[in-house]
Amino acid sequence: MTQPPDQTVRPRLALSGISKSFPGVKANEDISLGVAPGEIHALLGENGAGKSTLVKIIYGVQQADAGTIAWDGAPVSIPSPKAARRLGIGMVFQHFSLFDAMTVIENIALGLDEACDTNELKGRVAAILESYSLPLDPEREVHTLSVGERQRIEIVRCLLQNPRLLIMDEPTSVLTPQEVDKLFGTLRQIASQGCAILYISHKLHEIKALCEAATILRAGRVVATCDPRVESTKRMAELMIGAELRQIEHGGSAGAGPVRLSVSALTLPGEPPFGTDLRAVAFEARAGEILGIAGVAGNGQSELLTALSGERPANTADAVTLDGKPVGRLDAGARRALGLCCVPEERNGHAAVPDFSLADNAVLTARHRLPLTPLGMISTGDVKRFADSVIKRFDVRTTGTAALARSLSGGNLQKFIMGREIGQTPGVLVVCQPTWGVDAGAAAAIRQELVDLAEKGSAVVVISQDLDELLELADRLCVINEGRLSAPRAVASLGIDEIGLMMGGVHGESEVAHA
Amino acid sequence: MTTAILVSILMTLIAASTPILLAALGELVTEKAGVLNLGVEGMMLCGAVAGFAVAFSTGSTMLGLLAAMVAGVATAMVFAVLTLSLTANQVATGLALTIFGIGASSLIGAGFVGRTITRLDPVLPAALSEHPLLRAIFGHDIVVYLSLALVLGVSLFLRRTRPGLILRAVGENDASAHAIGYPVIAIRYAAIAFGGALAGLGGAYFSLALTPMWAEGLTAGRGWIALALVVFAAWRPGRLLLGAYLFGSVMTLELQAKAAGITWLAPELLAMTPYLATIAVLTMMSLGRKTGRLNAPACLGKPFSAS
Repeated sequence: MTQPPDQTVRPRLALSGISKSFPGVKANEDISLGVAPGEIHALLGENGAGKSTLVKIIYGVQQADAGTIAWDGAPVSIPSPKAARRLGIGMVFQHFSLFDAMTVIENIALGLDEACDTNELKGRVAAILESYSLPLDPEREVHTLSVGERQRIEIVRCLLQNPRLLIMDEPTSVLTPQEVDKLFGTLRQIASQGCAILYISHKLHEIKALCEAATILRAGRVVATCDPRVESTKRMAELMIGAELRQIEHGGSAGAGPVRLSVSALTLPGEPPFGTDLRAVAFEARAGEILGIAGVAGNGQSELLTALSGERPANTADAVTLDGKPVGRLDAGARRALGLCCVPEERNGHAAVPDFSLADNAVLTARHRLPLTPLGMISTGDVKRFADSVIKRFDVRTTGTAALARSLSGGNLQKFIMGREIGQTPGVLVVCQPTWGVDAGAAAAIRQELVDLAEKGSAVVVISQDLDELLELADRLCVINEGRLSAPRAVASLGIDEIGLMMGGVHGESEVAHA
Repeated sequence: MTTAILVSILMTLIAASTPILLAALGELVTEKAGVLNLGVEGMMLCGAVAGFAVAFSTGSTMLGLLAAMVAGVATAMVFAVLTLSLTANQVATGLALTIFGIGASSLIGAGFVGRTITRLDPVLPAALSEHPLLRAIFGHDIVVYLSLALVLGVSLFLRRTRPGLILRAVGENDASAHAIGYPVIAIRYAAIAFGGALAGLGGAYFSLALTPMWAEGLTAGRGWIALALVVFAAWRPGRLLLGAYLFGSVMTLELQAKAAGITWLAPELLAMTPYLATIAVLTMMSLGRKTGRLNAPACLGKPFSAS
């Protein structure tokens, strides 16, 4: 009885025929894939393609309706995350399961399945931090850490269990380029010790740089498996979205118009408990240009947005001027009426009222600029027409204008909110994370609308953590770090390393500071 | 002679503080798990009447204390089922629980009004308390010592033990705790039950120790003071002890003024000082928002449903 000679490595994990349905949607249908020990395997797909459902099944959070899971060649059932961890499966979630008010070591202890003596745990954590040369202080409280450091907590949690399969769910979505490099180094080291890694992402150049195999999902099915090192990025993208990729078209020359939004010496204390103070922020946005503001989360982006939108008045009226008029002390409605519209990062509860219909949500911000409320009464017909036009123009998938904002998926709601503001043709539009969690096709459409808006003579300010997006969209770019804004630079003159250094530089993220 | 007066003041103070200390300690654990149970007053009343009824019927105050804890847990479970399993609004349910507790305790206690029982005795041998100064240390009943032990126990539990860490985690970020694999709902049930038991015990301290009889609305709003105390203590057991004794001393002002023969001050004014102090403390706490919010469990009062 000899083994066939070609079967050199038995897969660590093999899925065959996995299917899972939710009411009204088939999230996974007949999915098969295998990950070998030491392999970094990419799971590629758009939002809603079924990646999350699939990894939740592997990690025991959800149960498949049909199909089998084999672990080291033997069929297994994984009824709970605990069972998954017992097999040796570790997972780093996209949204970290961390506790902000607790220390790093307490967070790590919470991730362990059995009680562990604190001193012994500290020793083990220190050993792991050293062997992977990860800078992290175990005694600090999580809310004081950068996103990259938080992710390291999750990775250490997994490594403590000596994982044999590590699942990384969209790990780079909030990291600086330097942090991404660091993470890739760590992952390669983990894989070289024989651990299989399942890497979920929709960022193709990362997958090309890191992964040896890729399984591409679309609408719950496997559409292709390939070797990302040889496959072209464009081909993978097209497989992923199932259509030709749209390129953003920039029109004529931009950035030559008059100053529309001017911010000078804007100072604002952060909101407790964990806010960042804005310190003497100053910039100008001109008609026809898109100004990008890059930065790692929590460096004052949300404070800047609330100061510009008027939710919190600025220190002086002159701190924010719109077309030459000082508006720093005006409230949000007055600023909108003058032409300054803002889209905050948080959709449900900030940009939209979750339990209001789309039509009602449209009234809430558009009434200042569009004649939707003559004599203070809501004109239902006009509102419906406006909301309908937004839904059509931005391809919002919904049952209609009466649907509750809460019932839309994150990406769809974002399309509606962006459409609602762009539909008012504001003189200045400030957006925070415009395409966060939106699938690639829709993200391209939103970006195109932003470019078009700028070309019509508006000034657009995009605050984003997604550098690729900013490099694609912006004419000029500045970086916000600990509440300070750097001087803007023309995007054409910037390298990605340079921006990364600006983003991480003063933040205490450098390796030397923690070594 | 003055020593004796001081000792007696101290004894009254400790006795008056003990029920709010117990109820607040229970509520602290409940809130650390992320649940805001405003029904403390109702649970205390249910405990008070159940404790009195059992002590009166059996003649055993110990059984009475036990029954009070059971009654507190039972009342708390009504709240738990409504808010955890049926995800009802915690504030509304808590208020309803207080109203329910007031009514239920009056109904059950109607037949016991005017009856008396023997007061809860000091637990240590009388020989230890012969000297008045020693009496202030050794002359208390079992519930006082239990309450102090519980402060220490809860403090160690929350800071040093793994179950304590998990309980705090559930109150800090229920979604994360669930994602890691902790049974959020079960832990909250346990925390609410603990809160109920201590509230019941605190209530019974009124009917079995402070005034060994039953009267409607016996706890006189002390449950609300206990709630305020948790905020005042910034969710720390040590500060809770300090706060409870501080409130206890304010509450005994009226008695002491009488004993000292002060007549120029209306006793009603003194009687309302604890409630004024509560309002003042809560106002001060919300002014110093930064510190208060840092310590508050982040998921306090938010419903959780596993999906």
